[in-house]
Parts: sequence; C-alpha cells; structure tokens
Amino acid sequence: MSRDPRALAVTVALVAVGGAVGASARHLLGTALPGLWGTLAANVSGSLLLGFLLYEALRADRLGDRTRTLLATGVLSSYTTYSTFVVETVRAEPLVGVSYLLGSYALGFAAALLGRDLAARVDPRDDREVSA
Amino acid sequence: MSAATAAVALVSAATLAAVPDPALVVVGGAGGAVARHLLGTAVGRGEFPLGTLTVNVLGSFLLGLLVFWPVGGDALLLAGTGACGAFTTFSSFSVSTVRLWERGDRTRAALFVAGNTLLTGGAVGLAAVVVTLVGGA
Repeated sequence: MSRDPRALAVTVALVAVGGAVGASARHLLGTALPGLWGTLAANVSGSLLLGFLLYEALRADRLGDRTRTLLATGVLSSYTTYSTFVVETVRAEPLVGVSYLLGSYALGFAAALLGRDLAARVDPRDDREVSA
Repeated sequence: MSAATAAVALVSAATLAAVPDPALVVVGGAGGAVARHLLGTAVGRGEFPLGTLTVNVLGSFLLGLLVFWPVGGDALLLAGTGACGAFTTFSSFSVSTVRLWERGDRTRAALFVAGNTLLTGGAVGLAAVVVTLVGGA
C-alpha cells in the first residue's frame, strides 16, 4: 500500500463505499432469512466470492488493485461477519451453537475452495504460480 | 442516571430514530470497513494473517458489549450490524485458512482457526463479564 496521501484517500473511499454496500447486503439478507440462516448465507456466499477474487488475482489479475480493494476489502469483507457469527454461536443452545460453528467452518472452507476452482476454470494458466 | 446523561441519551436516541434504518447500516458499514482496513494494514501482512485475527477478536468483544449491555434498536443497527459486522470478516478468515493450508502451512492454518475460535469466544465472554461488573443498562 502506497504512503502517498492521495492514494490512501482513494483506498479509504473505495473501502468505505464497498463497506456500505456489503453491510447493507448482509442486513437485507438477514431480514429475508430468519435466525442464524442470514449470517450463514452471507458468510458462505461471501467466502465463495472472495475465494474466487483472491485466486483470480494470483492468476491473471484482470481486475487490478482498485477494483480488488473495492470488492474484496470493501464489499465482501463487510458482507461477511465474524463478530455476529461468534455472538450468535455463544448465545445459541449448546447443540445448535456447536452445529452452527462447525457447519459455518465446513461450508465456508468448501466455498473458498470452490471459488479457487472457479478461478482456475476461468483462467487455466499459471498453475505453478498458484501452487507456489 | 443524572439529568445530563438522561438528556444526552434522549437526544441521541431521538437523533438516531430520525435516521432511516438502511442509512444507519450504510454509515456503520463504511466506518467499520475503513477501520478494519487501517488496523489490518497497521498490524502488518506477514505469513500469518494477524490483521484478520486482530479485527475479529476486537470486533467480537465490542459486539459482545453492545449485545450484553444491552443496546438495541437503531444504535445496534449502526454500531452492531453496521460497524462491528463490517469491521470483522468471515470471508477473509475462510480464504486465508484455505490458502495457508494448501500452501503447506498446516500448523499456521490450524493455529489461525483455533486462534479465531478461542480468542473471539473468549472476547465475547470477557464482554459479558465487563457488562456484569459495570452494571449494564
């Protein structure tokens, strides 16, 4: 990240706009899906999309720094949430809490891997770079 | 509660009530995301995703304080759903874990998952203790 104040201002603006969009999308999903399902849906779908973006960046990097800052650091990181997930886990009935914790991890990791595979399918080149 | 704090609480509640719900989440989300980015880059980006762990632990503690106090309604939308929700991140957690694991950093991957789970859980527990000690709302 550049120390140039103008570049920092642009980055902060992109992250702020992305954060507003991501948090709003999560809030909408939370009002549409009851209970723990809203957070789970946001966390799993966000992991899929971020997995795709990160692995795409490692390959072709067609998006560039600014688009990636907006979408990854801004939108997707704010769309998903760890704090709500943990507070929900702690406050749930023990069996529900443990299932929610393990289910979120299993689905989140699987979704990130799926995102990686989708990135490989979009751009099959540079496998050495990714496995390095 | 003194008259002054009551007046401040009344005014701030009235101010927040005048703001539409989506705007509260927008403002909180923007602030939370920028704070995450600044703290995350300050903590540094080495082999271990310490920035993500730091924001997740700190954000879980703050959300715990809000939930146990308890803060409700508009203030929770702004500071909880918006700010703490955007400040912490699950997608970076899962993608960083997968990346560490497949690179062969299995010990770091396991430490990262255990660290996030135990430290955020502990942070929420600590928030409950703090609220009990201070007295809550």
